[in-house]
Amino acid sequence: MSKTVEAYIEEISKDFSSIELSVDNYGMHNAFITKDEIYGVIEKLKEAGFNFLTDLTGSHYPENEGQEFQVVYHLHHFYDNLRIRLKVNLSKDHLEVPSITDLYAGANWMERETFDFYGIQFSNHPNLSRILNVDDMDYHPMRKEFALEDETREDKEDKYFGR
Amino acid sequence: MSEVDIRKQAAVLASTETIDGEIATLNLGPTHPATHGIFQNILQVDGERILSAEQTVGYIHRAFEKLSERRPYNQITPITDRLNYCSSPINNIGWHMTVEKLIGADIPKRVDYMRVIMMELARIADHLVCNSVIGVDTGALTGFTYMFQEREKIYDIYEEICGARLTTNVGRIGGFDRDFNEALITKLRDFLKEFPAKFDEFCSLLERNRIFMDRTIGAGPISAERAMQYSFAGPNLRATGLDYDVRVMSPYSSYEDFDFIVPVGTEGDTYDRFMVRQQEIRESLKIIEQALENMPEGNYHADIPDFYLPPKEEVYSSMEALIYHFKIVMGETPIPKGEVYFSVEGGNGELGYYLVSDGGRTPYRLHFRRPCFIYYQAYPEMITGSLLSDAILTMSSMNVIAGELDA
Repeated sequence: MSKTVEAYIEEISKDFSSIELSVDNYGMHNAFITKDEIYGVIEKLKEAGFNFLTDLTGSHYPENEGQEFQVVYHLHHFYDNLRIRLKVNLSKDHLEVPSITDLYAGANWMERETFDFYGIQFSNHPNLSRILNVDDMDYHPMRKEFALEDETREDKEDKYFGR
Repeated sequence: MSEVDIRKQAAVLASTETIDGEIATLNLGPTHPATHGIFQNILQVDGERILSAEQTVGYIHRAFEKLSERRPYNQITPITDRLNYCSSPINNIGWHMTVEKLIGADIPKRVDYMRVIMMELARIADHLVCNSVIGVDTGALTGFTYMFQEREKIYDIYEEICGARLTTNVGRIGGFDRDFNEALITKLRDFLKEFPAKFDEFCSLLERNRIFMDRTIGAGPISAERAMQYSFAGPNLRATGLDYDVRVMSPYSSYEDFDFIVPVGTEGDTYDRFMVRQQEIRESLKIIEQALENMPEGNYHADIPDFYLPPKEEVYSSMEALIYHFKIVMGETPIPKGEVYFSVEGGNGELGYYLVSDGGRTPYRLHFRRPCFIYYQAYPEMITGSLLSDAILTMSSMNVIAGELDA
């Protein structure tokens, strides 16, 4: 008898107060978790069978005051074929989450990539250095303040289309 | 690994095998003919035995995720071509299906079947390159030349539907830009008729070849548990004995209609990876045959005028078509807000698209889950303690594609 994501979250929610579970329009379970509890939650979920880390990445929402950055985890439960998306909101002043490299070896480069592009620090990471960009780069290029094109250009402005 | 650890390991090895005990640093790559792409590995070697390896990646990083944040949805397809360029149609179609999931498009059955044919052809092409290159690295160039001839025929089929061969940019959001034509069907039927015999020749060249087996069995093994730890997917995971296949686990594009098996290995070594891919080629042929036989009637694209370009004749004569054409080309179509993760079974495993839309003309955030990038991490672990020539074999049997690695 296979369990649902809700049942799995229910089981661990005694120990973790911050889990906010919701289902989006596409049937995916999203859970917001604080950065203090994320490691514990992932550890417990892994024990419960979510032992495949599908993806780990970050994103930047400069408008969200106090929660500018987000780390997004996708976990997969093979036996029950369940997927869950975990999110940690981070303030730009405290960009640090615990590394999950000791739970999933594959998280190593994914965390390095997230660090490289967003500057999010992963504590206890064995080798948190840039991976795709050059080592002496002094900024994190996927942040929204870095526009893709030269900002002084006027011919590409979108004002004619109301956006 | 620290110098001390390396020396300790060398001492252990030296006690069991007669190597002179002197450690050398060897740069394998970034451009080495045996690595089939731009990969750098800094190896610590004792004679021919590898004590440790450290990869450097990012040599062809092209900032795809950043570029995507500036491009309307239909202009991202050409970017996906350049991820795993050995099987571009899978990347293209995966991206289209991600957007369709976001907008909730209803896709006709015929499109699903056409997509399955294109994706399975791409899988065959991808696996053929990988497997024939394993042959080259063991010293058998013959199979490679014959299989490349067959791959050309697959590219000829691509050409009939999209005009391109390597970076295909095939299809549109909602389906295809044209139906399968007579020439394509003829070429596909010819391919299905002639390829199995040629492929059997290739199989008889390597599969039970004593020299090839001695060379590949036990080279670069990884256990199922470690492979899971490293988030392996695709043939590399299945070679360890786990039958995870996105096509079966979360069927997309009507894969549930087809009868095929998911081959698995046992040891997770080079030979198993080779054999899993060989078997998958046969399964893909079965799927294509079924899709071609049971191809449903219907339209070759979905009815989503906001995303799918109207026919050119109409653009010049009808007002609505002109408006839609303009809006699509300028990237001014209404997109719902939302967040989707969609994955397809790429040539190398679960190829995922994590897409965040804020309702704007371009994705707010697009992340590619690139199987190569994730499983290449395990490479040092797989080659430590083995011989240099096995390391080359391991890399080619993992099918590490530079385009997908660096994105």
